[in-house]
Amino acid sequence: MTEHVVVVGGGMVAHRFVEALRARDTARAFTVTVLAEEDRAPYDRVALSAFFSGTAPDDLALGDPTLWSDGSVDLRLGSAVTALDRGSRTVTTAGGEVVGYDHLVLATGSYAWVPPLPGADLPGVFVYRTVQDVVALRDWVHARAAELDRPVRGAVVGGGLLGLEAAGALHGLGAHTTVVEFAPRLMALQVDEGGGATLRRIVEGLGVTVRTGAASEAVEAGPDGRVGGLRLTGDDAALPVDVVVVATGVRPRDELAAPAGLATGQRGGVLVDDHCRTADERVWAVGEVANIQGRCLGLVAPGYSMAEIVADRLLGGEATFPGADLSTKLKLLGVDVASFGDAFGQAPGALEIVHSDPVAGTYKKLVLSDDARVLLGGILVGDASGYAALRPMVGAELGSDPALWLLPEDAGARPRTELPDAAQVCSCNGVSAGEVRASVAEGCHDLPAVKACTRAGTSCGSCVPLVRKLMAVSLAEAGLAVSSAMCEHFAMARAELFNAVMVSGLRRWSEIVGRFGTGRGCDICKPAVASVLASLYDEHVLAEDRAALQDTNDRVMANLQKDGTYSVVPRVPGGEILPDQLLLIGQVAKDFGLYTKITGGQRIDLFGARLEQLPAIWQRLVDGGMESGHAYGKALRTVKSCVGSSWCRYGVQDSVGLAVMLELRYRGLRSPHKIKLGVSGCARECAEARGKDVGLIATENGWNVHVGGNGGFTPRHAELLVEDVDTETAVRVVDRYLMYYVRTADRLQRTAVWQADHEGGLERIREIVVDDVLGLGADLDAQMARHVESYEDEWAAVLRDPERLAQFASFVNAPDTPDPTLAYVEERGQRRPATDAERAAGPVLIASTTLEVRS
Amino acid sequence: MTAVAARPGLVDLCALDRLVPDLGVAALVGDEQVAVFRLADGSVHAVGNLDPYSGAAVMSRGITGSRGEVPTIASPVYKQVFSLVDGQCLDAVGMDPRPGRGPDLPVYGVRVDHGRVLLDPRPVR
Ligand code: SRM
Ligand SMILES: Cc1cc2nc3c(=O)[nH]c(=O)nc-3n(C[C@H](O)[C@H](O)[C@H](O)COP(=O)(O)OP(=O)(O)OC[C@H]3O[C@@H](n4cnc5c(N)ncnc54)[C@H](O)[C@@H]3O)c2cc1C
Ligand code: SF4
Ligand code: FES
Repeated sequence: MTEHVVVVGGGMVAHRFVEALRARDTARAFTVTVLAEEDRAPYDRVALSAFFSGTAPDDLALGDPTLWSDGSVDLRLGSAVTALDRGSRTVTTAGGEVVGYDHLVLATGSYAWVPPLPGADLPGVFVYRTVQDVVALRDWVHARAAELDRPVRGAVVGGGLLGLEAAGALHGLGAHTTVVEFAPRLMALQVDEGGGATLRRIVEGLGVTVRTGAASEAVEAGPDGRVGGLRLTGDDAALPVDVVVVATGVRPRDELAAPAGLATGQRGGVLVDDHCRTADERVWAVGEVANIQGRCLGLVAPGYSMAEIVADRLLGGEATFPGADLSTKLKLLGVDVASFGDAFGQAPGALEIVHSDPVAGTYKKLVLSDDARVLLGGILVGDASGYAALRPMVGAELGSDPALWLLPEDAGARPRTELPDAAQVCSCNGVSAGEVRASVAEGCHDLPAVKACTRAGTSCGSCVPLVRKLMAVSLAEAGLAVSSAMCEHFAMARAELFNAVMVSGLRRWSEIVGRFGTGRGCDICKPAVASVLASLYDEHVLAEDRAALQDTNDRVMANLQKDGTYSVVPRVPGGEILPDQLLLIGQVAKDFGLYTKITGGQRIDLFGARLEQLPAIWQRLVDGGMESGHAYGKALRTVKSCVGSSWCRYGVQDSVGLAVMLELRYRGLRSPHKIKLGVSGCARECAEARGKDVGLIATENGWNVHVGGNGGFTPRHAELLVEDVDTETAVRVVDRYLMYYVRTADRLQRTAVWQADHEGGLERIREIVVDDVLGLGADLDAQMARHVESYEDEWAAVLRDPERLAQFASFVNAPDTPDPTLAYVEERGQRRPATDAERAAGPVLIASTTLEVRS
Repeated sequence: MTAVAARPGLVDLCALDRLVPDLGVAALVGDEQVAVFRLADGSVHAVGNLDPYSGAAVMSRGITGSRGEVPTIASPVYKQVFSLVDGQCLDAVGMDPRPGRGPDLPVYGVRVDHGRVLLDPRPVR
């Protein structure tokens, strides 16, 4: 016999409940009906503000939509429940429908509370809770802006979390925005005075006006009966505004409870025990509407735990609410704000250490126990990078110098401390450090296994670095090597594979996987083998059976874009370009309707080329003397240069000349990751050479060669390898450094990490590539010489080869038909892929064989 | 060739020779896009060309491989891995499909007759 569960409310927590029940109820003991007042399936309310940065409401939908088409779940939209009869075990909807239940779950959430403010019902006053609210707000601001023909003026009543979200939205819509907060600071519930002051400075810096300690008295109508002003107590004149958003807090939607004889809390909310059960054992309440352990909780994570608890209990489990963690990390108006544990230092004797940097716009505070050892809580404003590591440390000792935790993350000085087993590592899924360690002990020896068995890291992903670190430490402690296996097909790391392939002399995939691996390979090992073969034999990327090993970028020699088209980047060595080549690029872009942008690498990217157009585009470029820029390859990308001694009054060497020479020397060199170089003509360093894998900086006597720099996710400055060397020596040192890196680095390991992980570090690398202590020098030189000699433009070679050209058909049975799913809109005079919302909304520019865009 | 193409319901896509082992191609069948793969072992597979995670029609440009015994195709965009046998997504790399799409790929019946690749345009699942 199946039992029938009725869920009232179709919000975030209702969604998690149905998902959890369906996942665990493998015997299908329950059918579920969800009665939802809103007319859209459960969506991500937390991400509501993303609507204003272009996310379509449909893209906010939560989870896998097939949950709702599963035969045992019935989601009824637009069905508000108006009455509950516990005697007959039925609920009644506004439409008069009566639905019987065996178990009832109340998940009705909260509503936006509006204080008794005269004028709050005028047209132009909004709240901020649902998709409907934000759509109405946007439409109003757009309409008013059009009518008024000047920027709209807006006010937000309330300077808490929601108020700042709303202010961000108004600001983003182009409104001149004022936030009015009654308390003396912003986000008074989450941050202290110091944090509030920093937050205020940052918010004001964005152009939003902040009025704290200010009471809103009334919304005033303009002459047209719509919002015209907001009167603040004590001000002479009302603040002139065209739109008001009230964000003064939320109240639980517990209106079904009392008439049905269910108890509610003093400040609202359906009273439940630690199992989320009301006094009626068939009625449960979860999420914001539940009053648990004496209060309602306005965050989604505790709501998710409640959903999991009820699913577990229905299936006979024993789950109990662990108590709420009210820690929050938010990005409001682009500002990081985090608050965790005893953020206000309320524990007796609590000590605080504060680090405030007005220039950088950061405020960080840790709350410690009276002996300054145990972390109790903290507040981070402006830079919350420490949050993931600190929050799980609450209740644990921070080590000898807790202040080190307040330094910026990349300062590298943060102490290493053991997380206690009980520390929560993944807050989305409630996974503790102990559970991660236990999973390793039980045989999960890589990240995917740990994720699968604990669920840690499977939601927002922000805890993944921490989970990986815990896993690695546990593996090492158990005497297990952190597996260097590339994937399930190759039990070796890239450097070992490189040697194996080199020594065996094998050149075909089937032979290599047969000898050194298992199975048919995958998208990890196949491109790695292709890269090794390319480095070793200087053959075409598509030679022999290699096309099928390459990632699409290398396979079609262009960069895949989000809509399945490609971008084209011709090489511009050293950034030096002939005017005729600029004209050619411009003409090709016009003829094929390609979006055109200057890259961060001193060259030009042409976007939106379809697979079948690539050969024609390249024919034109090659005919005009241009060649592949390898923007798609794990290979040399660019050699950035400054103008140097040829024009610059300070230049001491010809940086452009050397940059061009180096780019032509290393072009096409396949490597474990991409390689970038820079050459600056003097110590002013306008080419940012020290931000590159290899950076040469001119001196009076020659060049200083720096190695191991990069930008990207973890920026590093390159370190000095040799000083004041002449050009010939510099080039030889760079040859050897790069070739040694190509041979020994791991897959997708850039020079900085390779250099740091290399035994003996840069010192040892210098001994090998400069002093040649291993006698490898001649070998490395010869390999580089072979590379330079055998270089040919990949695109020119493909254009000569009909068999390879056949691979550029759009469809095997319709070789020139464009992909019919492509759609574009025009923006700033060029085209870009249409968003889902734009496709849904109406006519979009669909790609034609050649597409012309005029502004 | 005409004899086989006339068989009701099947669509003649191309000659088998046109399929390079492990290199997928896309085919247009009515409004639907299908990705067709000939693997090194000689078997031929067809799945939907639309990648449910990026929304782009690119599955034919992914890398083939295996997970355990199952032959697979990886999306070239965000690298989700799908079974070529039943279309099931075997590794979503932590992402959700685009709104309105399920996690898996449709699978099409495909066979080789007289050196031609024939596709049944109604997905198996
Ligand atoms: C086009 C360009 C952005 C632009 O419009 O300016 C760009 C575009 C991409 N970058 Fe970049 N990067 C571009 C300059 C840079 C720079 C600036 C530079 O080169 O001076 C950096 C920082 C410098 C550095 O690399 O150290 C940069 C650091 C990255 C990273 C981070 C690398 C790291 O070590 O952390 C990635 C991710 C990766 O490679 O794994 C990345 C990855 C990408 C990818 C390949 C992402 C992807 O897989 O789609 C983008 C390809 C888009 C395309 O189709 O062209 N891009 N990228 C720039 C192309 C330069 C060129 O002419 O080739
Ligand atoms: C802009 C914004 C930003 C936020 N940011 C964060 C954040 O960063 N972190 C965080 O943890 N939380 C955040 N929250 C709070 C978070 O969204 C809520 O905690 C969460 O949505 C609560 O889930 P719920 O299911 O309990 O309620 P809801 O998601 O509100 O769902 C309740 C649903 O029930 C429906 N309903 C109510 N009564 C009835 C009835 N009688 N019959 C039928 N249906 C009914 C409602 O229409 C609603 O759809 C934010 C909220 C907003 C508005
Ligand atoms: S920074 Fe990110 S979004 Fe911008 S080009 Fe690089 S990879 Fe793409
Ligand atoms: S904290 Fe979000 S997935 Fe772990």
